[in-house]
Amino acid sequence: MSELLRLDGVRKSFGDHVVLRQVDLTVEPGQCVVLIGASGSGKSTLLRCVNLLEVVDDGVITFEGRDITDPRVDGDEVRSRMGMVFQAYNLFPHLDVIGNLTLALRLVHGVAADEARTRGLAMLERVGLAEKASARPDDLSGGQQQRVAIARALVANPRLMLLDEVTSALDPELVGEVLDLLTELKAEGVTMLLNTHEMGFARDVADRVCFLHDGRIHEQGRPEQVIDDPQEERTRAFLSRIRH
Amino acid sequence: MPHQVSQAGTDWEPSEVQRARDDWRRRRTARSAAIAAVSTLLLLGAIGGAVVSSPGWERVQETYFDWDKAVSSFPAVLDGLWLNIRVMVVCWVLILVVSLTVAIVRTLHGPVAFPLRLLGTAYVDVFRGLPLLLVIFLLGFGGPALSLQGLPTSPLFWGGTALVLSYSAYVAEVFRAGIESVHPSQRLAGRSLGLSYGQTLRHVVLPQAWRRVIPPLMNDLVSLQKDSGLIAVLGVTDAIRKAQIETALDFNYTPYVVAGFLFCCLTIPMARLTDRYARKKGYHGAGGHL
Repeated sequence: MSELLRLDGVRKSFGDHVVLRQVDLTVEPGQCVVLIGASGSGKSTLLRCVNLLEVVDDGVITFEGRDITDPRVDGDEVRSRMGMVFQAYNLFPHLDVIGNLTLALRLVHGVAADEARTRGLAMLERVGLAEKASARPDDLSGGQQQRVAIARALVANPRLMLLDEVTSALDPELVGEVLDLLTELKAEGVTMLLNTHEMGFARDVADRVCFLHDGRIHEQGRPEQVIDDPQEERTRAFLSRIRH
Repeated sequence: MPHQVSQAGTDWEPSEVQRARDDWRRRRTARSAAIAAVSTLLLLGAIGGAVVSSPGWERVQETYFDWDKAVSSFPAVLDGLWLNIRVMVVCWVLILVVSLTVAIVRTLHGPVAFPLRLLGTAYVDVFRGLPLLLVIFLLGFGGPALSLQGLPTSPLFWGGTALVLSYSAYVAEVFRAGIESVHPSQRLAGRSLGLSYGQTLRHVVLPQAWRRVIPPLMNDLVSLQKDSGLIAVLGVTDAIRKAQIETALDFNYTPYVVAGFLFCCLTIPMARLTDRYARKKGYHGAGGHL
């Protein structure tokens, strides 16, 4: 098995509150793995641990065959090979759109300014926002901002995209434009690990759906199995609450 | 495949991998601390050695670090410092009031407030432009000469007035920056709850602004504490003037060192206290482990 990402017994707590008890998970290249679960079940924490934004209490995270939870590993270097997108976009308000896209290309990946600009513009074209290159993030709609955030994460060709509730802050009509983009990325072979409450999207796009409960992957499998025919009582209870 | 729900246990023991990681982190922390300690000691030793073994050290020690002179001049300098402290405290309170008023006036909206805004801007522009010493001379010597009815003629009063006028202009800008750094949505939220402009300012905007401007305010307070000595030019005897008088007896400069030491004794604990206060108010600066 040639997995890109592998979590073995990952544990993370904040003070006395154990968020992740023992998480085991694998993501293979080209796969789209969707985490579902109640608010506070640790979906975001899991993504943040993978991105090394949090230090795990225990367990091993292997990325591209390397243990990235080893304290000797350079976290900046690991993060530069992943793309992370946040629920609240987290765009830099003092930079224009193209500035947001090219910052890391220039500073982290050492790409020359004009080439970074070319690549940034191509990526904006890709997400359908080429004409917004010199706009400020505040002047864009939520859906546009989130597409810029996805473009910013994608422009450096990450091996893995981590998407944290990327549609939760959006109006229903804007959710579609972001999910459509993710569907296209999946078709292009981008590897994604994301959490969402959009069950329709999960059913259409996910290769695997994982239900997170009590700090563990409580149930996982093909989307049609987990979403339409959950085996576990907890999973059924959760799904019935969000679907109706 | 489905997992079983485990008993939500606190029976967690760190795995071998985790213990190895913790050990490595501990060792590295210990090593870093050791390197830091040794290099600090070496550096201090080198500096100390170089100073003490330099040819002029004995004369330097006699002139600046004479223990007997320090002890004998200490009461006088301390007495002078008491004046600095009183001037500083009284002026600081007045400065906070004046500057906050100016800042609020400068952030008023609407054409009606234009004359007020203009006045506030003119005040800040003029008094930030004038050198403090010039203001002290102008008011300190000129003020009493006017012998205005109802106003005292003491140099302390006029010197303090000069400090308040000059400093309020700076501090007003600190407050204004704080007020304007609060996101407009906060003001909207306050107004939408039915709070008036003033209530929103008082209960929503200013508490947030205050928290953000604590560090720069501290900066100005420390600066004021030292500049409070400038009114000595009007003939008031503060710590520095006292030290000067002590020094004039025998050209031994230890009293200046004593005065400097006392000023630092005021400033440094105050800085730590402010840090603690700011944290209590929820000011975290850059947080997280990154």
